[in-house]
Amino acid sequence: MALKKKASKIPVKKTKKVTTQKKAAAKKPAKKSSKTVAKKVAKDSIEDSLLELIRVTSAELPDDVQKVILEALEREEKNTSAEYAMNIIKANIELAKKKSQPLCQDTGTVIFYVSHPVGFNQTKFSDKILKAVTLATKKGYLRQNSVDSLTGENSGLNVGPGHPSIHFHEHAKKTVEVKLMLKGGGCENVGAQYSLPHTALGAGRDLDGVRKVILDAVHKAQGKGCGPGVLGVCIGGDRGAGYMESKEQLFRKLDDQNSHPELKKLEKEIVETSNKLGIGPMGFGGKTTLLGCKISALNRLPASFFVSISYMCWAYRRQGVELSGNNQIKKWLY
Amino acid sequence: MKKINYPFSAEEMRDLKVGDMVLITGKLYTGRDAVHKRLHDGVKPPVDLKNQIIYHCGPVILQDPKTKEYKVTAAGPTTSIREEPYQADVMKDYGIVGVIGKGGMGAKTLAGCKEYGCVYFHAIGGAAQVLAEKIDKVTGVHWLDLGSPEAIWELAVTDFPVVVTMDAHGNSLHAEVESKSNDALKKFL
Repeated sequence: MALKKKASKIPVKKTKKVTTQKKAAAKKPAKKSSKTVAKKVAKDSIEDSLLELIRVTSAELPDDVQKVILEALEREEKNTSAEYAMNIIKANIELAKKKSQPLCQDTGTVIFYVSHPVGFNQTKFSDKILKAVTLATKKGYLRQNSVDSLTGENSGLNVGPGHPSIHFHEHAKKTVEVKLMLKGGGCENVGAQYSLPHTALGAGRDLDGVRKVILDAVHKAQGKGCGPGVLGVCIGGDRGAGYMESKEQLFRKLDDQNSHPELKKLEKEIVETSNKLGIGPMGFGGKTTLLGCKISALNRLPASFFVSISYMCWAYRRQGVELSGNNQIKKWLY
Repeated sequence: MKKINYPFSAEEMRDLKVGDMVLITGKLYTGRDAVHKRLHDGVKPPVDLKNQIIYHCGPVILQDPKTKEYKVTAAGPTTSIREEPYQADVMKDYGIVGVIGKGGMGAKTLAGCKEYGCVYFHAIGGAAQVLAEKIDKVTGVHWLDLGSPEAIWELAVTDFPVVVTMDAHGNSLHAEVESKSNDALKKFL
Protein backbone atom coordinates (compact mmCIF):
# COMPACT_ATOMS: atom_id res chain seq x y z
CA MET A 1 0.00 0.00 0.00
CA ALA A 2 2.76 2.41 0.93
CA LEU A 3 4.39 1.59 -2.38
CA LYS A 4 1.31 2.50 -4.38
CA LYS A 5 1.04 5.86 -2.73
CA LYS A 6 4.74 6.53 -3.15
CA ALA A 7 4.32 5.96 -6.86
CA SER A 8 1.40 8.33 -7.13
CA LYS A 9 3.26 10.88 -5.03
CA ILE A 10 6.14 11.23 -7.43
CA PRO A 11 4.68 13.91 -9.71
CA VAL A 12 3.78 16.10 -6.73
CA LYS A 13 7.31 15.89 -5.38
CA LYS A 14 8.82 16.51 -8.79
CA THR A 15 6.85 19.69 -9.35
CA LYS A 16 7.98 20.93 -5.98
CA LYS A 17 11.62 20.29 -6.73
CA VAL A 18 11.42 21.93 -10.13
CA THR A 19 9.90 25.12 -8.80
CA THR A 20 12.30 25.48 -5.90
CA GLN A 21 15.23 24.78 -8.16
CA LYS A 22 14.00 27.35 -10.60
CA LYS A 23 13.73 29.94 -7.88
CA ALA A 24 17.19 29.11 -6.60
CA ALA A 25 18.65 29.27 -10.08
CA ALA A 26 17.14 32.67 -10.66
CA LYS A 27 18.81 33.99 -7.55
CA LYS A 28 22.28 32.45 -7.26
CA PRO A 29 23.50 29.08 -8.42
CA ALA A 30 25.93 28.96 -5.48
CA LYS A 31 26.27 26.34 -2.73
CA LYS A 32 24.71 28.64 -0.21
CA SER A 33 21.42 28.77 -2.08
CA SER A 34 21.01 24.99 -2.05
CA LYS A 35 21.00 25.20 1.74
CA THR A 36 18.22 27.77 1.54
CA VAL A 37 16.33 25.43 -0.76
CA ALA A 38 16.66 22.55 1.68
CA LYS A 39 15.38 24.72 4.49
CA LYS A 40 12.51 25.98 2.41
CA VAL A 41 11.41 22.47 1.51
CA ALA A 42 11.45 21.46 5.16
CA LYS A 43 9.46 24.53 6.16
CA ASP A 44 6.77 23.97 3.54
CA SER A 45 6.45 20.25 3.93
CA ILE A 46 3.62 20.26 6.50
CA GLU A 47 1.37 21.85 3.92
CA ASP A 48 2.62 19.51 1.18
CA SER A 49 2.09 16.47 3.39
CA LEU A 50 -1.41 17.59 4.35
CA LEU A 51 -2.28 18.31 0.73
CA GLU A 52 -1.10 14.84 -0.27
CA LEU A 53 -3.15 13.35 2.57
CA ILE A 54 -6.26 15.15 1.28
CA ARG A 55 -5.60 14.10 -2.33
CA VAL A 56 -5.17 10.44 -1.45
CA THR A 57 -8.15 10.42 0.93
CA SER A 58 -10.43 11.94 -1.71
CA ALA A 59 -9.32 9.72 -4.60
CA GLU A 60 -8.44 6.33 -3.09
CA LEU A 61 -10.26 3.92 -0.82
CA PRO A 62 -8.23 2.18 1.90
CA ASP A 63 -7.44 -1.51 1.23
CA ASP A 64 -9.65 -2.82 4.05
CA VAL A 65 -12.67 -1.04 2.53
CA GLN A 66 -11.92 -2.16 -1.04
CA LYS A 67 -11.67 -5.74 0.15
CA VAL A 68 -15.19 -5.84 1.63
CA ILE A 69 -16.65 -4.04 -1.41
CA LEU A 70 -15.23 -6.69 -3.74
CA GLU A 71 -16.60 -9.42 -1.48
CA ALA A 72 -20.01 -7.74 -1.60
CA LEU A 73 -19.89 -7.64 -5.39
CA GLU A 74 -19.21 -11.39 -5.48
CA ARG A 75 -22.20 -12.09 -3.23
CA GLU A 76 -24.82 -10.30 -5.34
CA GLU A 77 -26.86 -12.30 -7.79
CA LYS A 78 -25.81 -11.93 -11.41
CA ASN A 79 -27.75 -9.64 -13.77
CA THR A 80 -29.55 -7.77 -11.01
CA SER A 81 -29.51 -4.03 -10.46
CA ALA A 82 -27.67 -4.72 -7.19
CA GLU A 83 -24.83 -6.40 -9.07
CA TYR A 84 -24.93 -3.59 -11.66
CA ALA A 85 -24.55 -1.01 -8.87
CA MET A 86 -21.63 -2.88 -7.29
CA ASN A 87 -19.90 -3.18 -10.66
CA ILE A 88 -20.17 0.55 -11.25
CA ILE A 89 -18.84 1.14 -7.73
CA LYS A 90 -15.86 -1.11 -8.47
CA ALA A 91 -15.17 0.70 -11.76
CA ASN A 92 -15.46 4.03 -9.97
CA ILE A 93 -12.88 3.08 -7.35
CA GLU A 94 -10.42 2.12 -10.07
CA LEU A 95 -11.09 5.22 -12.17
CA ALA A 96 -10.83 7.72 -9.30
CA LYS A 97 -7.46 6.32 -8.32
CA LYS A 98 -6.19 6.31 -11.90
CA LYS A 99 -7.30 9.88 -12.54
CA SER A 100 -6.44 11.08 -9.03
CA GLN A 101 -9.85 12.73 -8.79
CA PRO A 102 -12.57 12.66 -6.10
CA LEU A 103 -14.26 9.26 -5.75
CA CYS A 104 -17.47 11.10 -4.98
CA GLN A 105 -18.32 14.70 -5.86
CA ASP A 106 -19.51 15.24 -2.31
CA THR A 107 -16.12 15.48 -0.66
CA GLY A 108 -18.00 15.86 2.58
CA THR A 109 -17.22 17.30 5.96
CA VAL A 110 -13.45 17.46 6.19
CA ILE A 111 -12.65 15.94 9.58
CA PHE A 112 -9.10 15.94 10.93
CA TYR A 113 -7.93 14.07 14.03
CA VAL A 114 -4.41 15.07 15.02
CA SER A 115 -2.53 13.11 17.68
CA HIS A 116 0.57 14.90 18.89
CA PRO A 117 3.23 14.88 21.62
CA VAL A 118 3.35 17.23 24.62
CA GLY A 119 4.26 20.83 23.75
CA PHE A 120 2.85 20.75 20.22
CA ASN A 121 1.65 24.03 18.72
CA GLN A 122 -2.00 23.43 17.81
CA THR A 123 -2.60 26.98 16.60
CA LYS A 124 0.16 26.82 14.00
CA PHE A 125 -0.88 23.35 12.86
CA SER A 126 -4.52 24.43 12.48
CA ASP A 127 -3.35 27.29 10.31
CA LYS A 128 -1.47 24.83 8.08
CA ILE A 129 -4.57 22.65 7.82
CA LEU A 130 -6.67 25.62 6.70
CA LYS A 131 -4.10 26.49 4.04
CA ALA A 132 -3.92 22.90 2.79
CA VAL A 133 -7.73 22.62 2.65
CA THR A 134 -7.98 25.88 0.67
CA LEU A 135 -5.34 24.71 -1.77
CA ALA A 136 -6.95 21.26 -2.10
CA THR A 137 -10.24 22.98 -2.97
CA LYS A 138 -8.58 25.08 -5.66
CA LYS A 139 -6.99 21.94 -7.10
CA GLY A 140 -10.36 20.15 -7.17
CA TYR A 141 -9.46 17.46 -4.59
CA LEU A 142 -12.33 18.91 -2.57
CA ARG A 143 -15.60 20.41 -3.81
CA GLN A 144 -16.58 23.93 -2.74
CA ASN A 145 -18.57 22.48 0.08
CA SER A 146 -18.91 24.99 2.87
CA VAL A 147 -22.06 27.10 3.06
CA ASP A 148 -22.92 29.91 5.47
CA SER A 149 -26.01 28.55 7.24
CA LEU A 150 -27.60 31.99 7.63
CA THR A 151 -26.91 33.62 4.26
CA GLY A 152 -26.52 30.52 2.06
CA GLU A 153 -23.28 31.96 0.75
CA ASN A 154 -20.55 29.55 -0.36
CA SER A 155 -17.09 31.00 0.23
CA GLY A 156 -15.66 28.51 -2.26
CA LEU A 157 -12.75 27.72 0.04
CA ASN A 158 -14.13 25.13 2.48
CA VAL A 159 -13.11 27.27 5.41
CA GLY A 160 -15.52 28.89 7.87
CA PRO A 161 -17.02 28.36 11.32
CA GLY A 162 -16.72 24.62 12.02
CA HIS A 163 -15.04 23.92 8.65
CA PRO A 164 -12.81 22.03 8.46
CA SER A 165 -13.49 20.10 11.63
CA ILE A 166 -10.20 19.72 13.54
CA HIS A 167 -9.69 17.62 16.68
CA PHE A 168 -6.47 17.48 18.65
CA HIS A 169 -5.45 14.72 20.99
CA GLU A 170 -2.24 14.55 23.04
CA HIS A 171 -0.51 11.19 23.08
CA ALA A 172 2.56 9.73 24.77
CA LYS A 173 4.40 9.12 21.48
CA LYS A 174 6.90 11.58 20.05
CA THR A 175 5.39 11.52 16.57
CA VAL A 176 2.54 13.47 14.99
CA GLU A 177 -0.26 11.44 13.41
CA VAL A 178 -2.89 13.06 11.23
CA LYS A 179 -6.05 11.15 10.38
CA LEU A 180 -8.57 12.46 7.89
CA MET A 181 -12.12 11.50 7.07
CA LEU A 182 -14.24 12.96 4.27
CA LYS A 183 -17.83 12.27 5.23
CA GLY A 184 -20.46 13.02 2.62
CA GLY A 185 -23.78 14.71 3.35
CA GLY A 186 -26.02 11.90 2.10
CA CYS A 187 -24.75 9.44 4.66
CA GLU A 188 -24.49 12.07 7.39
CA ASN A 189 -28.18 12.83 6.89
CA VAL A 190 -29.20 9.25 7.72
CA GLY A 191 -27.29 9.19 11.00
CA ALA A 192 -29.58 8.84 14.02
CA GLN A 193 -29.66 9.18 17.78
CA TYR A 194 -32.05 7.20 19.94
CA SER A 195 -32.95 7.68 23.57
CA LEU A 196 -33.70 4.44 25.40
CA PRO A 197 -36.17 3.12 26.34
CA HIS A 198 -37.92 3.38 22.97
CA THR A 199 -41.56 2.32 23.31
CA ALA A 200 -42.47 1.90 19.62
CA LEU A 201 -39.52 -0.42 18.98
CA GLY A 202 -39.84 -2.22 22.30
CA ALA A 203 -36.23 -1.31 23.00
CA GLY A 204 -35.15 -1.25 26.64
CA ARG A 205 -31.98 -0.05 28.34
CA ASP A 206 -29.85 -3.07 27.52
CA LEU A 207 -27.81 -4.44 24.63
CA ASP A 208 -30.88 -5.99 23.04
CA GLY A 209 -32.50 -2.54 23.05
CA VAL A 210 -29.35 -1.15 21.48
CA ARG A 211 -29.54 -3.83 18.78
CA LYS A 212 -33.16 -2.96 17.99
CA VAL A 213 -32.59 0.75 17.52
CA ILE A 214 -29.51 0.18 15.35
CA LEU A 215 -31.53 -2.10 13.06
CA ASP A 216 -34.28 0.50 12.93
CA ALA A 217 -31.71 3.10 11.80
CA VAL A 218 -30.48 0.75 9.06
CA HIS A 219 -34.05 0.26 7.87
CA LYS A 220 -34.84 3.97 7.94
CA ALA A 221 -31.66 4.74 5.95
CA GLN A 222 -32.71 2.38 3.11
CA GLY A 223 -30.46 3.30 0.17
CA LYS A 224 -30.30 7.00 0.98
CA GLY A 225 -26.90 6.87 2.65
CA CYS A 226 -25.26 5.30 -0.44
CA GLY A 227 -25.17 1.78 0.84
CA PRO A 228 -23.75 -0.70 1.35
CA GLY A 229 -22.52 1.32 4.28
CA VAL A 230 -20.62 1.03 7.54
CA LEU A 231 -21.96 2.04 10.94
CA GLY A 232 -20.09 3.76 13.74
CA VAL A 233 -22.07 3.43 16.96
CA CYS A 234 -21.67 4.84 20.45
CA ILE A 235 -23.66 3.56 23.40
CA GLY A 236 -23.95 6.20 26.13
CA GLY A 237 -22.32 9.60 26.50
CA ASP A 238 -24.30 12.81 26.19
CA ARG A 239 -25.80 13.77 22.82
CA GLY A 240 -22.68 15.58 21.66
CA ALA A 241 -20.09 13.10 22.91
CA GLY A 242 -22.14 10.19 21.59
CA TYR A 243 -22.13 11.44 18.02
CA MET A 244 -18.43 12.36 18.21
CA GLU A 245 -17.53 8.90 19.48
CA SER A 246 -19.67 7.21 16.82
CA LYS A 247 -17.62 9.03 14.15
CA GLU A 248 -14.35 8.10 15.82
CA GLN A 249 -15.39 4.45 15.56
CA LEU A 250 -15.22 4.90 11.79
CA PHE A 251 -11.45 5.34 12.09
CA ARG A 252 -11.19 1.67 13.13
CA LYS A 253 -10.12 -0.77 10.44
CA LEU A 254 -12.92 -2.97 9.16
CA ASP A 255 -11.06 -6.17 9.98
CA ASP A 256 -10.10 -5.24 13.56
CA GLN A 257 -11.57 -7.04 16.56
CA ASN A 258 -13.49 -5.27 19.30
CA SER A 259 -11.72 -6.02 22.59
CA HIS A 260 -15.07 -6.12 24.38
CA PRO A 261 -16.58 -9.59 23.79
CA GLU A 262 -20.21 -8.52 23.93
CA LEU A 263 -19.71 -5.58 21.62
CA LYS A 264 -17.75 -7.79 19.24
CA LYS A 265 -20.71 -10.16 19.14
CA LEU A 266 -23.15 -7.30 18.63
CA GLU A 267 -21.12 -5.81 15.76
CA LYS A 268 -21.24 -9.15 13.95
CA GLU A 269 -24.92 -9.65 14.65
CA ILE A 270 -25.86 -6.19 13.34
CA VAL A 271 -24.08 -6.81 10.03
CA GLU A 272 -25.59 -10.29 9.61
CA THR A 273 -29.13 -9.21 10.47
CA SER A 274 -28.96 -6.04 8.35
CA ASN A 275 -27.92 -8.13 5.37
CA LYS A 276 -31.07 -10.20 5.80
CA LEU A 277 -33.31 -7.13 5.42
CA GLY A 278 -32.98 -7.14 1.62
CA ILE A 279 -32.29 -3.42 1.25
CA GLY A 280 -29.12 -4.03 -0.75
CA PRO A 281 -26.72 -1.76 -2.62
CA MET A 282 -28.28 1.68 -3.27
CA GLY A 283 -31.51 0.32 -1.79
CA PHE A 284 -32.12 -1.67 -5.00
CA GLY A 285 -32.76 -4.84 -3.01
CA GLY A 286 -29.96 -7.37 -2.61
CA LYS A 287 -27.70 -9.22 -0.26
CA THR A 288 -25.37 -6.56 1.11
CA THR A 289 -26.86 -3.71 3.10
CA LEU A 290 -23.98 -3.21 5.54
CA LEU A 291 -20.25 -3.73 5.05
CA GLY A 292 -19.39 -3.33 8.70
CA CYS A 293 -20.37 -2.05 12.12
CA LYS A 294 -18.12 -0.65 14.88
CA ILE A 295 -19.45 -0.08 18.36
CA SER A 296 -18.05 1.41 21.54
CA ALA A 297 -19.46 2.62 24.85
CA LEU A 298 -19.08 5.74 26.97
CA ASN A 299 -20.41 6.20 30.46
CA ARG A 300 -23.82 7.83 30.76
CA LEU A 301 -25.88 9.63 33.36
CA PRO A 302 -28.44 7.57 35.27
CA ALA A 303 -31.16 9.58 33.48
CA SER A 304 -29.81 9.20 29.94
CA PHE A 305 -29.24 6.25 27.62
CA PHE A 306 -28.35 7.41 24.15
CA VAL A 307 -27.43 5.29 21.17
CA SER A 308 -25.73 7.43 18.52
CA ILE A 309 -25.27 6.09 15.02
CA SER A 310 -23.13 7.50 12.24
CA TYR A 311 -23.60 5.98 8.81
CA MET A 312 -20.69 5.94 6.38
CA CYS A 313 -21.34 5.43 2.68
CA TRP A 314 -19.45 2.84 0.59
CA ALA A 315 -17.19 5.72 -0.51
CA TYR A 316 -15.56 5.39 2.91
CA ARG A 317 -12.84 7.97 2.62
CA ARG A 318 -10.47 7.84 5.54
CA GLN A 319 -6.73 7.92 5.61
CA GLY A 320 -3.95 8.87 7.98
CA VAL A 321 -0.28 9.64 8.01
CA GLU A 322 2.54 9.63 10.51
CA LEU A 323 4.76 12.65 9.97
CA SER A 324 8.53 12.55 10.28
CA GLY A 325 10.55 15.12 12.25
CA ASN A 326 10.63 17.45 9.25
CA ASN A 327 6.93 16.92 8.58
CA GLN A 328 7.29 14.68 5.56
CA ILE A 329 4.95 11.70 5.26
CA LYS A 330 6.76 8.84 6.99
CA LYS A 331 4.04 6.23 6.98
CA TRP A 332 0.45 5.74 5.76
CA LEU A 333 -1.84 4.48 8.51
CA TYR A 334 -4.44 2.59 6.43
CA MET B 1 -30.05 -2.22 -21.66
CA LYS B 2 -32.35 0.46 -23.14
CA LYS B 3 -31.25 3.73 -24.70
CA ILE B 4 -32.95 7.09 -24.78
CA ASN B 5 -31.72 10.01 -26.81
CA TYR B 6 -32.34 13.76 -26.80
CA PRO B 7 -34.88 15.28 -27.43
CA PHE B 8 -36.87 13.45 -24.75
CA SER B 9 -40.65 13.11 -24.54
CA ALA B 10 -43.29 12.09 -22.02
CA GLU B 11 -44.50 9.34 -24.41
CA GLU B 12 -41.07 7.76 -24.48
CA MET B 13 -40.84 7.95 -20.68
CA ARG B 14 -44.16 6.13 -20.35
CA ASP B 15 -42.58 3.15 -22.14
CA LEU B 16 -40.05 2.69 -19.34
CA LYS B 17 -40.64 0.36 -16.40
CA VAL B 18 -39.16 -0.07 -12.94
CA GLY B 19 -35.98 -2.15 -13.20
CA ASP B 20 -35.04 -0.99 -16.70
CA MET B 21 -31.36 -0.21 -17.05
CA VAL B 22 -31.07 2.81 -19.32
CA LEU B 23 -28.29 4.73 -21.06
CA ILE B 24 -29.15 8.39 -21.61
CA THR B 25 -27.58 10.45 -24.40
CA GLY B 26 -28.16 14.16 -24.89
CA LYS B 27 -28.65 17.06 -22.54
CA LEU B 28 -29.11 17.14 -18.77
CA TYR B 29 -29.60 20.08 -16.44
CA THR B 30 -28.32 19.81 -12.88
CA GLY B 31 -30.64 21.15 -10.22
CA ARG B 32 -30.65 20.43 -6.52
CA ASP B 33 -31.85 21.98 -3.26
CA ALA B 34 -31.47 25.71 -3.96
CA VAL B 35 -32.70 25.44 -7.57
CA HIS B 36 -35.85 23.56 -6.54
CA LYS B 37 -36.59 25.99 -3.75
CA ARG B 38 -36.12 28.97 -6.06
CA LEU B 39 -38.36 27.45 -8.75
CA HIS B 40 -40.93 26.62 -6.12
CA ASP B 41 -40.78 30.21 -4.85
CA GLY B 42 -42.00 31.21 -8.31
CA VAL B 43 -38.79 32.43 -9.92
CA LYS B 44 -38.88 31.76 -13.66
CA PRO B 45 -36.23 29.20 -14.73
CA PRO B 46 -33.38 30.61 -16.84
CA VAL B 47 -33.90 27.85 -19.43
CA ASP B 48 -36.95 26.13 -20.91
CA LEU B 49 -37.33 22.92 -18.91
CA LYS B 50 -40.09 21.49 -21.11
CA ASN B 51 -39.27 17.83 -21.95
CA GLN B 52 -35.94 18.08 -20.15
CA ILE B 53 -34.29 15.88 -17.54
CA ILE B 54 -33.14 17.36 -14.23
CA TYR B 55 -30.15 15.76 -12.55
CA HIS B 56 -29.89 16.06 -8.77
CA CYS B 57 -26.18 16.70 -8.71
CA GLY B 58 -23.70 19.19 -7.32
CA PRO B 59 -20.63 18.52 -9.44
CA VAL B 60 -16.99 19.37 -8.82
CA ILE B 61 -16.21 21.88 -11.57
CA LEU B 62 -12.87 23.39 -12.46
CA GLN B 63 -12.56 26.43 -14.71
CA ASP B 64 -9.57 26.80 -16.98
CA PRO B 65 -8.05 30.16 -15.98
CA LYS B 66 -7.08 30.95 -19.60
CA THR B 67 -9.90 29.64 -21.79
CA LYS B 68 -12.56 30.10 -19.04
CA GLU B 69 -13.95 26.73 -20.08
CA TYR B 70 -15.56 24.58 -17.40
CA LYS B 71 -14.60 20.98 -16.81
CA VAL B 72 -16.54 18.46 -14.70
CA THR B 73 -14.15 16.43 -12.58
CA ALA B 74 -16.69 14.58 -10.41
CA ALA B 75 -20.45 14.31 -10.88
CA GLY B 76 -22.45 11.68 -9.00
CA PRO B 77 -26.05 12.10 -7.85
CA THR B 78 -27.13 13.69 -4.58
CA THR B 79 -29.94 12.42 -2.32
CA SER B 80 -33.24 13.18 -4.03
CA ILE B 81 -35.70 12.96 -1.16
CA ARG B 82 -34.89 16.54 -0.15
CA GLU B 83 -36.68 17.70 -3.31
CA GLU B 84 -39.83 15.76 -2.41
CA PRO B 85 -41.83 18.88 -1.44
CA TYR B 86 -41.06 20.51 -4.82
CA GLN B 87 -40.51 17.86 -7.49
CA ALA B 88 -44.08 17.13 -8.56
CA ASP B 89 -44.79 20.87 -8.88
CA VAL B 90 -41.69 21.34 -11.03
CA MET B 91 -43.06 18.57 -13.32
CA LYS B 92 -46.43 20.30 -13.47
CA ASP B 93 -45.20 23.88 -13.85
CA TYR B 94 -42.23 23.40 -16.17
CA GLY B 95 -42.87 20.09 -17.96
CA ILE B 96 -39.78 18.08 -17.04
CA VAL B 97 -40.02 14.42 -18.11
CA GLY B 98 -37.15 12.89 -16.15
CA VAL B 99 -35.39 13.18 -12.83
CA ILE B 100 -32.02 11.59 -12.10
CA GLY B 101 -30.92 11.24 -8.51
CA LYS B 102 -30.29 8.72 -5.78
CA GLY B 103 -32.14 7.20 -2.86
CA GLY B 104 -35.55 7.52 -4.50
CA MET B 105 -38.47 9.84 -3.81
CA GLY B 106 -41.82 9.65 -2.08
CA ALA B 107 -45.52 9.32 -2.81
CA LYS B 108 -46.05 12.91 -3.99
CA THR B 109 -43.35 12.60 -6.65
CA LEU B 110 -44.58 9.14 -7.67
CA ALA B 111 -48.06 10.55 -8.22
CA GLY B 112 -46.52 13.41 -10.22
CA CYS B 113 -44.60 10.93 -12.40
CA LYS B 114 -47.85 9.15 -13.22
CA GLU B 115 -49.82 12.29 -13.93
CA TYR B 116 -47.25 14.16 -16.03
CA GLY B 117 -45.38 11.28 -17.72
CA CYS B 118 -42.12 11.53 -15.85
CA VAL B 119 -39.60 8.89 -14.77
CA TYR B 120 -37.24 8.78 -11.80
CA PHE B 121 -33.87 7.40 -12.82
CA HIS B 122 -31.47 6.19 -10.13
CA ALA B 123 -27.80 6.85 -10.79
CA ILE B 124 -25.21 5.06 -8.68
CA GLY B 125 -24.49 7.19 -5.63
CA GLY B 126 -20.84 7.96 -5.09
CA ALA B 127 -19.83 6.88 -8.59
CA ALA B 128 -18.67 10.39 -9.43
CA GLN B 129 -15.83 9.36 -11.73
CA VAL B 130 -17.70 6.78 -13.81
CA LEU B 131 -20.51 9.30 -14.29
CA ALA B 132 -18.21 12.28 -14.99
CA GLU B 133 -16.63 10.22 -17.78
CA LYS B 134 -20.03 10.15 -19.51
CA ILE B 135 -20.17 13.95 -19.56
CA ASP B 136 -18.69 15.20 -22.81
CA LYS B 137 -18.97 18.90 -22.18
CA VAL B 138 -20.39 21.67 -20.03
CA THR B 139 -22.56 23.62 -22.48
CA GLY B 140 -23.77 26.32 -20.11
CA VAL B 141 -24.28 27.45 -16.54
CA HIS B 142 -27.12 29.39 -14.92
CA TRP B 143 -27.80 30.71 -11.44
CA LEU B 144 -24.15 30.50 -10.47
CA ASP B 145 -24.98 32.95 -7.68
CA LEU B 146 -26.27 29.89 -5.77
CA GLY B 147 -22.69 28.61 -5.53
CA SER B 148 -21.04 26.07 -7.82
CA PRO B 149 -22.61 22.87 -6.39
CA GLU B 150 -26.10 24.44 -6.41
CA ALA B 151 -26.01 26.11 -9.84
CA ILE B 152 -27.79 24.83 -12.97
CA TRP B 153 -25.11 23.19 -15.12
CA GLU B 154 -26.04 22.26 -18.67
CA LEU B 155 -24.29 19.00 -19.53
CA ALA B 156 -23.88 17.08 -22.78
CA VAL B 157 -23.78 13.36 -21.95
CA THR B 158 -23.30 10.09 -23.80
CA ASP B 159 -24.59 6.74 -22.48
CA PHE B 160 -25.15 8.05 -18.97
CA PRO B 161 -25.99 4.87 -16.95
CA VAL B 162 -29.13 4.82 -14.77
CA VAL B 163 -31.77 2.43 -13.46
CA VAL B 164 -35.50 3.24 -13.52
CA THR B 165 -36.67 2.96 -9.91
CA MET B 166 -39.94 4.96 -10.22
CA ASP B 167 -41.93 4.80 -13.43
CA ALA B 168 -44.85 6.74 -14.90
CA HIS B 169 -47.31 3.96 -13.98
CA GLY B 170 -47.23 4.33 -10.21
CA ASN B 171 -44.53 1.72 -9.53
CA SER B 172 -41.69 2.43 -7.15
CA LEU B 173 -38.84 0.06 -6.35
CA HIS B 174 -38.17 2.18 -3.25
CA ALA B 175 -41.68 1.71 -1.87
CA GLU B 176 -41.40 -2.03 -2.56
CA VAL B 177 -38.00 -2.48 -0.89
CA GLU B 178 -39.09 -0.28 2.03
CA SER B 179 -42.16 -2.41 2.64
CA LYS B 180 -40.43 -5.79 2.23
CA SER B 181 -37.51 -4.81 4.44
CA ASN B 182 -39.95 -3.54 7.04
CA ASP B 183 -41.61 -6.97 7.15
CA ALA B 184 -38.19 -8.59 7.49
CA LEU B 185 -37.20 -6.18 10.25
CA LYS B 186 -40.27 -7.04 12.34
CA LYS B 187 -39.00 -10.60 12.68
CA PHE B 188 -35.83 -9.35 14.33
CA LEU B 189 -37.41 -6.92 16.80
